[in-house]
Amino acid sequence: MTKDFVHQTIKKFNSDSYRLLDMLLDIQQEYGYISKDNISVLAGELNQSEADIGQTITFYHFLRSKPQGKYSIYLNNSIVSKMMGMDKIARQFEKESGIKFGEVTKDGQISLHYTSCIGMSDQEPAAIINEKIFTNLTTFRVKEIVLAMRQGKPVESMYCTNFGGGKNSSPLVESVVRNNIRRSGPLLQLNYVPGQVLQNKVSLMSPDEVISEIKDSHLRGRGGAGFPTGLKWQFCRRAKGARKFIFCNADEGEPGTFKDRVLLTEKPEMVFEGMTVAAYAVGAKEGILYLRYEYKYLETYLKQVLQDLHGKNLLGENISGISGFDFDIRIQYGAGAYICGEESSLIESAEGKRGEPRPRPPFPVEKGYLGYPTIVNNVETLCSTVTILQNGANWYRELGTDESTGTKVLSISGDCLYPGIYELEWGFSINDILEMSGAESTQAVQVGGPSGALVPPSQFNRILCYSDLATGGSLIIFNQTRDLLRDVVMNFTEFFVEESCGSCVPCRNIPALLKKKLEKIQAGDGVREDLKEIEEWSNIMQINRCGLGHTAANPVITSLKNFRKLYEALIQKDVNFDSGIDLSAAVAESCEFVDRIPQL
Amino acid sequence: MSRPIIATTSLAGCFGCHMSFLDIDERILDLIELVEFNKSPIDDIKTFTKDCDIGLIEGGCCNTENIHILKEFRKKCKILISFGECAIMGGLPALRNDISVKECLAEAYLDGISTVNKEEILPNDEELPMILNKVYPCHEVVKMDYHLPGCPPRADLIWDVLHALILGTDVELPYEVVKYD
Ligand SMILES: Cc1cc2nc3c(=O)[nH]c(=O)nc-3n(C[C@H](O)[C@H](O)[C@H](O)COP(=O)(O)O)c2cc1C
Ligand code: SF4
Repeated sequence: MTKDFVHQTIKKFNSDSYRLLDMLLDIQQEYGYISKDNISVLAGELNQSEADIGQTITFYHFLRSKPQGKYSIYLNNSIVSKMMGMDKIARQFEKESGIKFGEVTKDGQISLHYTSCIGMSDQEPAAIINEKIFTNLTTFRVKEIVLAMRQGKPVESMYCTNFGGGKNSSPLVESVVRNNIRRSGPLLQLNYVPGQVLQNKVSLMSPDEVISEIKDSHLRGRGGAGFPTGLKWQFCRRAKGARKFIFCNADEGEPGTFKDRVLLTEKPEMVFEGMTVAAYAVGAKEGILYLRYEYKYLETYLKQVLQDLHGKNLLGENISGISGFDFDIRIQYGAGAYICGEESSLIESAEGKRGEPRPRPPFPVEKGYLGYPTIVNNVETLCSTVTILQNGANWYRELGTDESTGTKVLSISGDCLYPGIYELEWGFSINDILEMSGAESTQAVQVGGPSGALVPPSQFNRILCYSDLATGGSLIIFNQTRDLLRDVVMNFTEFFVEESCGSCVPCRNIPALLKKKLEKIQAGDGVREDLKEIEEWSNIMQINRCGLGHTAANPVITSLKNFRKLYEALIQKDVNFDSGIDLSAAVAESCEFVDRIPQL
Repeated sequence: MSRPIIATTSLAGCFGCHMSFLDIDERILDLIELVEFNKSPIDDIKTFTKDCDIGLIEGGCCNTENIHILKEFRKKCKILISFGECAIMGGLPALRNDISVKECLAEAYLDGISTVNKEEILPNDEELPMILNKVYPCHEVVKMDYHLPGCPPRADLIWDVLHALILGTDVELPYEVVKYD
């Protein structure tokens, strides 16, 4: 019986091993985990080794090769969640369920897991329970939820508030997630009418005209790297390939970022229209929305939107009456891995493999998905292209600064009164943002998530734009009560230890070593030499293959640069060397085992 | 100037690095013209009889005696060199670092398939060094001045480095000599 489902799943995806990730997610959905037997069946049918299948499974947080609970609780352990009291929530879950994180209750009902940022930093602490999102958890809520689980109630019945605003309340979503849109601009405006750009603008333009309009707007990628969008499209248009692909990068894994979540909730038609415009511009027929698994609660809704767009001839064949322009979009889920937001790793992952970045060149625009020319653009970038074509490049260039045109959707979280989404023109200062969001006695702001910089008050007059403080959109605010080294730098460093894909030696090891150094310094065993070594070792990170490795030492490096006093206060001034080894602790276990009293 | 004094030791190593040292062959005759040996397996001097200039350390630290000797070397030697993979990174002995020391001892003295120990005697004599929870590379225990990579470092590298240190000249370290993969 078991095997039937697996065989059917394999058939559903045409025995195409490039769809392995989809098969694994379906199998896990059915059985709660992926058993050894099922791995054998997959290996046999897909003509791969069991180790090949196994290495894909172990790469992703959400894929399990052991049974998990009927209710599986994934508690977010990202920085903001911790700031908002995650530890208490975690202890309460352990107390109520009688197990530790990483375990399953004996009756197989409940399992507890930690997971990296789930894109809810404006409503933490938050958890995912069987794909449903629970936000603003309190210890009281935990008691209620676990009790309901003991009674075998459906997860949906465990909500205790109305559904969130906007489309979160739509019958197709029914989620308690809130949008928290505090300021909206052209992307989040209410007067967007799906399809207008395709029907009234694009249908009258040649692909080259579309590309030159985007180039004229000076739009740069909103996913973090800031590559000029028009140029990317031009490269892909020129690249030769029997097929071409448009990927929308909705992996949104940078801790503290949640703007793509809100765009996908409120403006999915705009995201898909952006993909369709890109397809027209480069000559692609196939589109893939790579959606992080954390946002699976939007699945039914997004599928319905795609279907509606088909109904309106905004997807499918001869779109908007443009003869010969065919394009369709499918959703590809990730399975929990921050690195899969990196474009080449995203493509690897969409091909059913471990999400390890590819060496470049060749770039995806030449050789991407299945080896064909591929565009990967962020959700927000694609939305921006729609507003540009709607209103013209000249209008767009009026927004923002000379070299950073347009608006940026910021995700603001941490110690402020109004965490949420702020769509602002480029060019506001950190001070402006603190004032806007109601932040007081701010000690530091993390701009651009863990891979960005920890900015001190002396630099709060710096400007958000590509030439000063570039950001994918995450701003996390820390007030004076926070211990920056313990709460912030340590958490971010642990994040990178967890999320490195492991291909490059420095990226695999140095963050782990930096974590040890931080522990040593926090324990009071640090010496000046440790600070020097931190700086020296961090330089080596530049030889890593991808952006994760290039930036994984940033939390330590930028805090050392901007908050050196915090480190200096902890290190020993009159000692040149300290091993930090506690000998009595180091011999305790062996002495106990052989029954001997340690004598040192 | 009097001849520089060298001391060497093998901690948690296999003596392979010392063997490689001997592979400098007849150059050892030149070496003893240039230097004097103190505590070292090479001349079998067991305890320091004077302060030294250069200490060569093979192997990392897996027990309290290793730590004790290494610290003594640090006190007695002006320049301390981690010599070989085990000294630098822990090497093969450090493969146990991901396994608890209890499991290692149980495997060695109780459960191993080739273990015959009916009385289940465990090594707990006061005279024996105590086993550490993991194997530490030398630079995590004391300050090390130089690292000579290799498993073992090749004889030419050892010779070139010592020669340069003693004569105060530069040493050439071409890529092939320091890359190991
Ligand atoms: C470790 C890492 C994670 C990334 N995560 C994301 C992400 O979640 N979303 C995203 O759009 N871009 C992410 N990027 C950037 C992508 O590689 C790529 O530059 C981007 O999707 C291109 O789209 P854009 O030009 O529209 O910004 C990430 C890059 C790295 C190195
Ligand atoms: S830098 Fe890190 S994440 Fe990137 S490819 Fe190398 S090991 Fe993987």
